[in-house]
Amino acid sequence: MTDARDIATEVGMLAPEGTHDPGLPPAGIRRAPEGVDGLTTEHLIINMGPQHPSTHGVLRMIVEMDGEEIVSAEASIGYLHRGIEKLAEHRRYNALGTLMDRGDYVSGIHGELASALAVEKLMEIEIPRKADYLRVLLSEINRIASHLVWFGTFGLDTGAMGQFLYAMRDREFLVDILESITGSRMMFNYVRPGGVLADLPVGMDAQIREFSDGFDAYLQEHHELLGGNEIFQHRVKGIGTIDRDSALAFGLSGANLRGSGVAFDVRRDRAYSAYDDMEFDVPVGSTGDAWDRYMVRMEEMRQSNRMIRQCLDGMPEGGFTAKVPKVLRPPAGEVYAAVESSRGETGIHLVSQGGDTPYRFHYKAPSLAVLQALEEILPGHLLADVVMIIGSTDIMLGEIDR
Amino acid sequence: MSDVLRVILPVLAAVGLMLTNGVVLIYMLRKVLGHLHLRLGPMHVGWHGVLQTVADVGKLLTKEDITPNNVDKALFFLAPAAVFVPSLMAYAAIPFSETWRITSLDTGLLYTFAVLSLVPIGVLMAGWSSANKWALLGGMRAAAQQIAYEVPLLLSVLPIVMLSGSLDLVEIVSAQGGYWLGFVPRWFVLHPLGFIASLIFLVAGLAELNQTPFDMSEAESELVAGFASEYSAMKFGLLFLSEFSNSFIISALGITLFFGGWTLPWIPADWVAHIGPIIFMLKTYIGIAVFMWIRGTYPRVRIDQLMSLGWKRLIPISLSLIMVTGIAMKVVESVRGVS
Repeated sequence: MTDARDIATEVGMLAPEGTHDPGLPPAGIRRAPEGVDGLTTEHLIINMGPQHPSTHGVLRMIVEMDGEEIVSAEASIGYLHRGIEKLAEHRRYNALGTLMDRGDYVSGIHGELASALAVEKLMEIEIPRKADYLRVLLSEINRIASHLVWFGTFGLDTGAMGQFLYAMRDREFLVDILESITGSRMMFNYVRPGGVLADLPVGMDAQIREFSDGFDAYLQEHHELLGGNEIFQHRVKGIGTIDRDSALAFGLSGANLRGSGVAFDVRRDRAYSAYDDMEFDVPVGSTGDAWDRYMVRMEEMRQSNRMIRQCLDGMPEGGFTAKVPKVLRPPAGEVYAAVESSRGETGIHLVSQGGDTPYRFHYKAPSLAVLQALEEILPGHLLADVVMIIGSTDIMLGEIDR
Repeated sequence: MSDVLRVILPVLAAVGLMLTNGVVLIYMLRKVLGHLHLRLGPMHVGWHGVLQTVADVGKLLTKEDITPNNVDKALFFLAPAAVFVPSLMAYAAIPFSETWRITSLDTGLLYTFAVLSLVPIGVLMAGWSSANKWALLGGMRAAAQQIAYEVPLLLSVLPIVMLSGSLDLVEIVSAQGGYWLGFVPRWFVLHPLGFIASLIFLVAGLAELNQTPFDMSEAESELVAGFASEYSAMKFGLLFLSEFSNSFIISALGITLFFGGWTLPWIPADWVAHIGPIIFMLKTYIGIAVFMWIRGTYPRVRIDQLMSLGWKRLIPISLSLIMVTGIAMKVVESVRGVS
C-alpha cells in the first residue's frame, strides 16, 4: 500500500525527501493526517499571509486545520527583511539610530535608545541628566502611541472597526507631539549617542500636559467600549494561554511575559536613563491568556501616562547633549544594552574592533520569541482565535524580519 | 392594462426598488460608519459624495469579470444568481401600505422566510465553487449559521402570528392599530411578549443577514473576504447587492411585525393614509441604521459561540415564549369569558 506521503510526492504536492525547494514551506507541516481511510476527513492546509488583513504586517502562518480547528501552525518569516544588522556594519555609530527606527517602526524611540545606550556604554560617555529625562519622556509617549496601535488593531482583529479609528484619534495627538519635538512622525532619529537631538520646543510642556490630563479618561472609555463588551470578553478570555514556565522558557519579554505572571520589566529591574527616578507599577497577569495580556497593556498605558507627568514635573535644567566627537570610535570590545520597548526587551549586542563602524551589531527583537511560542500555543484553537492570539501578543514584523 | 403588463410591472418595480436601495444603502453605510468612526466617508464625488456609489456601480459594471482557472464554472456562474433571485423574490410580499404591495399573499410571512432561506444555498455554492480555501470556509460557515438561525428567526415571530391570528402581513399590521390605555400604540414591540420576541428577532435577524456581530461568512479579519473572495465585477456586485437587499427585507419585516408597518400613532389615520409607503420606507431605513450602528461598534463572536447561542439559547427561549404566549392567550380568553 502506498503511503499518503508518496502519493503527495508523486503529484507534486510534496517535495521528495532530501530535496529543498525554497518556494515551498518545510515538508513537515504538510503531512497528510493519520488514518485517511475515506471516513476521516483530510486536514486543510491554509496559507495565512503574508497578505492577510490580520497578520499584522507580513507574517505568514502556514496553518494545518481540521475543519476550523488548528492542528499545527508554523510561522514563516522574512518578507520584510532589509538586512538591518548587516547594514549597521557599514554605518557610523551616529547613524545606527536611523536603522533602528525602521526595525520596530511603531516605537522607533526605543530602538534608537537601545543603540545609543550600547554606544555610550562602550565609549563610557556621561550624558546630561536632562537628556535622560527627555529620553524617558519620549519613550513613554512613544509607548502609548504604540500601544494605541496595538489596541486599535486588536479591536480590528475582533471585528470592531470603531476601536481602531478611536485609538488612531488619540494617537494622532501623540504623533503630533512627537513630530513637533523630533521633526518626524515615525522615523525620529532623535536619540543620539551622547544625548538627544534637541530640547523640547516652546509650549510643548503645556501641549503634553493637555494630552496627559485627558488621556486617562479616554483610556477608560476605550477600555469600557472594547474590554467591557461581553462578546469581546468571550472571545479573549481563556485563549492563547502561556503559563509562567513556558513564557520564561520561550524567552518572552515585555507585556507578554508580564501577562503570564512574571514581574520583569527592564525599566525597573535594570533601570536605564532616568527610570531610577520614576515611580511606576509593573502590572502582571495571572493566567497568561490573551485577556491578561490585554489588561497588562491597558494598565501599562496608564503607568506611561504617569511617567510622562513625572518627567515633565522633574525635568532638570541643563544641556540636552554631552560633548561627543563628530566621528565616534569606541574602543575594541563588546557590550549589550537593553531597553523595555513597547513589545518587550529590545537589546543591542554591539561588537567593536576600534574602527568607526561596528564589527557586529545584533538586534534582539522581543517579537521573535513570541513566534516560537505561537507555534506551540495555537494548536487546539479555532481559526478565529489565531488572529486574536497573534493580536494579543502585539508582534511587529519590522523587528522580527529586521 | 393588459394582464401581461399587470404581471411584469410590479416585478420591474421590485427590481428597480432593489437596485436603488442597494445604491442608497451603500452610500448610507459609508456615511453612517464614517461618522461613527470620526471620519467623513466619501466627500468628493458630488455633493458630500452622493455620486460615489453611482460611480462605483459604473466601475463594477465595466470591470473585467475574472473567472479563476480551477473554479467549478457552472456553480461559480450560477451562485450570484442563486443569491440574488431569492432576495428579489422576498420583496413580493412586503406591504408598503395597505394597497401598495406587489402581490397579496395570505401566508406572506411564511413566504418571505421561505425565499430568504434559499440565500445560504447560493452562498455555499459561491464558497464551494471558488476553489479557494478561505471562500470554502466562508461558505461552510454561512450554511451552518443560517441553518442555526433560521429556526429561532421563524420561532420568534410565531407569538406575533398567534397574537394577531394571521400570517398575512397586512393583517398583522392592522392588528397593531389602536391604543392601550388610550395612548400607547398597540405595536407588538410594546407588548410584553412581543418585546421579547422582537429581541430574539433582532439577534436572529442579524445572524441571518451575516451582519456584525455575526458576520461569520465574510469575517474580513479571519477569512479575508470569505465566500466572495474570488468574485469580481458585477458577479461580486450581485452578491453585495443582495446582502443590502436582505438587510432591507429583514428591517422591513421587523417594522411590519413589531413597529406597526406603515402606520403612525397619535395622528388621524386619514391624514397619513396617502403617505403610507413613505412612512414605511422611513421606518425601515431607521431599522437599517440601527443595524449599521451595531456594525460600527461591535466585535464579532466566534463561530462556536455563535452556534451555541443559536441552538442552546435562542431556540429554547423562543420555544418557551410560544408556550407562554399560548397559555397567556388562553388565560386572558377565559378571564374575559367569565367576566
